[in-house]
Amino acid sequence: MTFQVSLVDFITVLPETIVFGMGLVIVLFELFGTGRNTRNLAYLALLTLAVTAMAEVRLFGQGLVGFGGTIGADDFSTALELIFLIVTTLVVLLSIRYLEDRRLARFGEYYALLLFAVGGAMFMVSALDLLNIFIGLEILSISSYILCGLIQADQRSNEAALKYFLLGAFATGFLLYGMVLLYGATGSIKLSGISAALARPEVFANPMVVFGLGLMLVGFGFKVAIVPFHMWTPDVYEGAPTTITAFLSTAPKAAGFGALVRILTEGLGAVSVQWTPVLWVAAALTMTVGNVLAMQQDNIKRMLAYSSIAHAGYILVAVVAGGREGLAGVLFYLLAYAFMNTGAFAVLILASTKEKERVTFADFQGWGYVEPVLAIAMFVFMLSLAGIPLTAGFAGKFQIFKTAVDKGLVWLAVIGLLNSVVSIYYYLRIVVAMYMQPAGPASLQERALPSVPVYLAIAASVAAVLYLGVFPATWIEASINSAAVLVAGP
Amino acid sequence: MTILGIPILSLIIFFPLIGVALLLFVDRNRPELSRWVALVTAGATFVLSLPLYWWYDGSSAAFQMVERVAWIPAWGVTYHLGLDGISLFLVLLTTLLTFLAVLGSWSAPEKHVREFMISLLLLEVGMSGVFVALDMFLFFVFWEVMLFPMYFLIGVWGSERRLYAAIKFVVYTMSASALMLVAILAMYYLNFRATGRLTFSLEEWYALDVGLPAQYWLFAAFALAFAVKVPMFPFHTWLPDAHVEAPTAGSVILAGVLLKMGTYGFIRFAMPLFPEATWAALPVLIGLSVIGIIYGALVCMVQPDMKKLVAYSSVSHLGFVMLGLFAINTQGVQGSVLQMLNHGISTGALFLLVGMIYERRHTKAIAEYGGIMKVMPVYAAFMAIFVLSSIGLPGLNGFVGEFLILVGAFQVSPTAAIISASAVILAAIYLLWMYQRVFFGVITNARNLTLKDLPAREIAVLLPLLLFVVWVGVYPAPFLNKMDASVAAFIKRLEAPHQMAGPYPARRPGALDLGGLAARTVEQR
Repeated sequence: MTFQVSLVDFITVLPETIVFGMGLVIVLFELFGTGRNTRNLAYLALLTLAVTAMAEVRLFGQGLVGFGGTIGADDFSTALELIFLIVTTLVVLLSIRYLEDRRLARFGEYYALLLFAVGGAMFMVSALDLLNIFIGLEILSISSYILCGLIQADQRSNEAALKYFLLGAFATGFLLYGMVLLYGATGSIKLSGISAALARPEVFANPMVVFGLGLMLVGFGFKVAIVPFHMWTPDVYEGAPTTITAFLSTAPKAAGFGALVRILTEGLGAVSVQWTPVLWVAAALTMTVGNVLAMQQDNIKRMLAYSSIAHAGYILVAVVAGGREGLAGVLFYLLAYAFMNTGAFAVLILASTKEKERVTFADFQGWGYVEPVLAIAMFVFMLSLAGIPLTAGFAGKFQIFKTAVDKGLVWLAVIGLLNSVVSIYYYLRIVVAMYMQPAGPASLQERALPSVPVYLAIAASVAAVLYLGVFPATWIEASINSAAVLVAGP
Repeated sequence: MTILGIPILSLIIFFPLIGVALLLFVDRNRPELSRWVALVTAGATFVLSLPLYWWYDGSSAAFQMVERVAWIPAWGVTYHLGLDGISLFLVLLTTLLTFLAVLGSWSAPEKHVREFMISLLLLEVGMSGVFVALDMFLFFVFWEVMLFPMYFLIGVWGSERRLYAAIKFVVYTMSASALMLVAILAMYYLNFRATGRLTFSLEEWYALDVGLPAQYWLFAAFALAFAVKVPMFPFHTWLPDAHVEAPTAGSVILAGVLLKMGTYGFIRFAMPLFPEATWAALPVLIGLSVIGIIYGALVCMVQPDMKKLVAYSSVSHLGFVMLGLFAINTQGVQGSVLQMLNHGISTGALFLLVGMIYERRHTKAIAEYGGIMKVMPVYAAFMAIFVLSSIGLPGLNGFVGEFLILVGAFQVSPTAAIISASAVILAAIYLLWMYQRVFFGVITNARNLTLKDLPAREIAVLLPLLLFVVWVGVYPAPFLNKMDASVAAFIKRLEAPHQMAGPYPARRPGALDLGGLAARTVEQR
């Protein structure tokens, strides 16, 4: 068996190649570049992301498959990769002032690691066999571990990195074990091969398939923080640099869901009877536990960490509902979440400096009258996270729960929507602090240090949240078309 | 159809946004200018909405001044507006009360006046939208979005326990409407399975005959959402908190318009979409209405706080509105729709009056007053008329509404009508007793000696309401005529399955087995 490597193979992985290549260039720049100004590296990263996004747009609708069917560039992966690129662009915009303020600016590798992480995520969702998925996941994870521990002087940052690393390594073990069992049962690591093998009754009945599936779900459950594998999330999100928290709560999650959905539909669609009920329960638990615990937090980063668990639950509802419409719900929700979540972190980042971190709700007392524009932006993000109409979050939830009702998952929809009512309580707590509680001490009444890139990120996120909320039609249709490459039926 | 080529309903709904946009550019240190901008905007909106009364053709039950544009084609959502004889008056009530609320809060909120006015105007957008939306998705959007300006009104400008009241208001309403959203989605797919069209259009949904057990579930979800809003006993507990903590303008809007969104929801959605479930639930609904009427009245008797008294009287009065609706006959429903307006006007006025004296003395406790009539004769006169209107004195508006409701209810359930009628006596007791303690006798509290009577502005706020109170009391025909056809259509829609299948329709196949939604169209019947 020989491989004919042709140009198509390389075009398929063009976006990944650009990102990884430029990541290496940034490392070299950092080493040999002039001066200590990492701003140029940030601009280089932004340029890379923009060029990659253009490459992705060109790949849209091509449905390429390369390297002997091990990696592809279909509309589903391309859509997800565009979401990663959006998140990373926003995160880079947030990072410039943050790094300088925290005396972290000498870490030029920061941007390289960010690019490696996003490259890993892209690799993960475009991979068509288990091994490539695993490699992508590892690149993403290892870059993330380092980024978490970036603030060497801060114990919590170190704790976050170590915790994330240990539990991540565990999860990887589970995942790999599951993959091995699946390979043992089906004789293939390619998703198409697995799917074909499962058509044979003796393979279908092999208990190793179910075991492998279970272990893989555990592994992915850790990665995307599904209850009961969510314990690491709040500590890691709290300890990591806020910019990295913004990244972690969105991009790896989206990548995890992308790969999970691909494995479940392209590889294990035949055994959906086995995984559907499990994910049903996991979705209900994840939404409920995430929301209930988020209610009890006083630290906004921790609140957002638990809320990200709850949002993973909503997305899981879409996975359970499945079909073209359900997977479109996954894509659209991830897009909406990218903007609203990163936007909320952006406001948080702008409101804090090294000297004065604003992390609790109380720190925001009276802020609505000090920074009216930023406060309104925060209000919009909170409304969207809570799923109030005319915001992206509502459009996403609507697509998800609409499909759930269509597929007969009425109770899951009821649980989900009641959960989003619970979430209103804690999302509004920051609004209460900003507008309704008496102003805090004078030190909290100072205005935020201006930063043009952060303003840009916030403005873009607000615009996107409202646009996707008021006129979702185009993007819903695009999501449905992108999801259609994985599943035919509605 | 639009008037003179102008989409008049959209214009009325979104006109306040012009004021909001202007307010954003007003210097926050010039509260006076903010007030004027808001007043002119709200006034202009009211003037714009007035001609609706003449443009609306009362002889037809069809939705009029309809606007329909595709909005989210992927979901079959349209921007679909229309007016009928019921929503006509609710829109007018909204624009009038918003205007008066702005005028009535000329001196009350001292801080963040600009933001206060922005909230009021945004609230007006949401409320008018709710009453004219004919697409369930659009309705839901207005219904939810409108909560947040109200949330701010209570939470920022309210009194001591405002945070608690504000979040309770939002969470109560939202929990109930979450279930309604599931029911809306279920209807959406029921309709799709039956007709093959993905649409949220209310008129298409009216044509759908939903299978029986499914009707019960869906009706329950819709009815719960609206019952919380009305509020019907036992879902009323958010109301006293919200009313008492809200600033005057907030209370006026809350009592005057927001509660009507609940009753309107029953008329427009819950009952006509699910007629058979309505008939089946009627005994319970009538029972809860009667309990609400009596319970609200009894609780009023022991209130030491004027605002709380007026708040609880709303529970009682809205019980009447619901009772009239559930009578499902011409008198009952007409009385009910009329009583919605009456309650908006009378209770709105009472909240304004309580707010006026609160601004002077900063207390709402009845015990703090006594003998006020001597220092504030004009105030006392206005209060007397609105109290009597609220009681239902013949010759004033409240009597016409309650009388019609009781006539309607008597035909259905004499017991319910008789028990409810006793609440009219209770209302006379608690309101007149309150009036007596506040206004009659000698002034016992020295601080009341220096109270200033109403200036021209406050009289100007109350006069339009007074005019309405007398007008409806003496000559209600102009109001009843416009709603005749729509009320008849509502009753006809509800009676159609009822007459066909006897008093309690037999159970039919077509279950909402939660997996596969099933429905039959009218054509298949």
